[in-house]
Amino acid sequence: MMFLSDGDLQSLVLSLELAGSVTAILLLIGTPIAWWLAHSRAWWKVLVSVTVAMPLVLPPSVLGFYLLIAMGPQGPLGMLTHTLGIAPLPFSFAGLLVASVLYALPFMVQPLQNAFEALGDRPLEVAATLRASPLDAFFTVVLPLTWPAFLTAITLSFAHTVGEFGVVLMIGGNLPGITRVASLQIFDHVEALEYAEANHLALMLLLFSFLVLLLVYARQPARRQDGVS
Amino acid sequence: MSDIVARFRLDRSGFQLDVDLVLPGRGVTAFFGTSGSGKTTLLRCIAGLERAPEGLLSVLGEVWQDQSTWLAPYRRPLGYVFQEASLFAHLSVMGNLQYGVKRTKSGQLTHFEHIVDLLGIAHLLQRQPQGLSGGERQRVAIARALLINPKILLMDEPLAALDVQRKQDIFPYLERLRDELAIPVLYVSHDHHEVARLADHLVVMEAGQVISNRPMSVAMAQPDQRFQRDEDIGAIIDGQVGAIDMPWHLARMDFPGGGLWMRDHDLPVGKKVRLLILARDVSLARHPPEQSSIQNSLQGHITAILDDTHPGLALVQVRVGTSLLLARLTKRAATALGLQMGESIWVQVKSVALI
Repeated sequence: MMFLSDGDLQSLVLSLELAGSVTAILLLIGTPIAWWLAHSRAWWKVLVSVTVAMPLVLPPSVLGFYLLIAMGPQGPLGMLTHTLGIAPLPFSFAGLLVASVLYALPFMVQPLQNAFEALGDRPLEVAATLRASPLDAFFTVVLPLTWPAFLTAITLSFAHTVGEFGVVLMIGGNLPGITRVASLQIFDHVEALEYAEANHLALMLLLFSFLVLLLVYARQPARRQDGVS
Repeated sequence: MSDIVARFRLDRSGFQLDVDLVLPGRGVTAFFGTSGSGKTTLLRCIAGLERAPEGLLSVLGEVWQDQSTWLAPYRRPLGYVFQEASLFAHLSVMGNLQYGVKRTKSGQLTHFEHIVDLLGIAHLLQRQPQGLSGGERQRVAIARALLINPKILLMDEPLAALDVQRKQDIFPYLERLRDELAIPVLYVSHDHHEVARLADHLVVMEAGQVISNRPMSVAMAQPDQRFQRDEDIGAIIDGQVGAIDMPWHLARMDFPGGGLWMRDHDLPVGKKVRLLILARDVSLARHPPEQSSIQNSLQGHITAILDDTHPGLALVQVRVGTSLLLARLTKRAATALGLQMGESIWVQVKSVALI
């Protein structure tokens, strides 16, 4: 990476770290949420759906602003971190993580929810009549039958977090080595009229995005989603 | 203790299931009814796929559901065959067959060859489900359900999604199952012919309620418009091939109460058979018939005289040995003969069909 400065490299690593962590966390919390949304008949399900989908339409600065307030000393999250004796979230990597998880939530939940709904109850019922507990059935039937959706959800969440700008700026504050991710670094280069440097980093992200999508699209076979035949 | 006791009440929008049943713990019990009669819902309640609050279910002496017990579906020792194909698309036929077995206590493939042979799927084991015909998939699904050694087999219209030819292809396998399985089978169907061929016991359902729950032979001898169409009314008798008259190409089918000669179908002596004797092919006589073209005549006692579908017709139920036969007569003939309950009478059977 001879043409990248230390600062550029640092921001790139930070971006990948953030996106990787966010994707991992989203897999853990987004999968149960998607499962619940696909199967629940609760009347307030629609409220959860809307909440999860909000980042799709909300300006990132709006989400970032309210998160900043919530994480501040007077906000609920701020009071929580204070009570627990953890460092305040704003302008920290942890804060960036929380904000990014919320911001990328729909990109994880929606593909999974669609896949679970398309799969329907039947494969689970079949598994149950073959002695598989619900958790067993999830890992041995649902997962193998919906992995293309998982691949899509992981890719979208990861790529979306790498490309995030508004929220990370509001929450992270653009601190070198702590919260200055690649997208912010590019902005800084442009601000300083360092177009060549901006181009190098931007080109890296462009190629990265293209390659990731290529991998997903090339691997995803045109297979039936209903799981039983 | 060896029975199945099922009591369920389930309220769904526009539908209510309300059943209180005692079923035999052996043989094939058919749940018959039109779509929407609740027969599939009842089966799903038994499997635990639907949960009827305050239901009661005891299978062969084991309580699966009562006020304090609820056994999750995956803890119930049953096999279930769904109406449509239900093989896992991500597993081969062999993978599908092993899926349930791996999760049983023993985890062993017992009777594997026997069951695979019984359903004729040995040549399909390495195939993927997507490449199988509908009938083949259903046979694999049945084998998969049987391989886990269930204590009871539930089948929800396993043939309904198949065309006539495939039904004919798979039917012999089902009959072999009935004859060879030691476990009770609950079989949901809306097809009268299927039920007549397979069932030993019949539950007729309508609008979520049970309107009849009787052994098949008794149910057939007391015709019910909800179950049988006019031209299908007749008696069903289980028997076996008793003798063969080679020169005349005839076979005698023996049943508790006598024997009936019919065309030889190349079945070996001792082979179990199920006979359908249509009411319209049975006539009655006061005296043993002489010099008649009808070869089969049996003596019995009149046990009931029932109204038929047409006001001019009557159905006379006659007990021969322990079997019940039905004869369709005009009411004028019945009156002219002066038929009375309990009387001795000669039954002439013109035609017998194997089903």
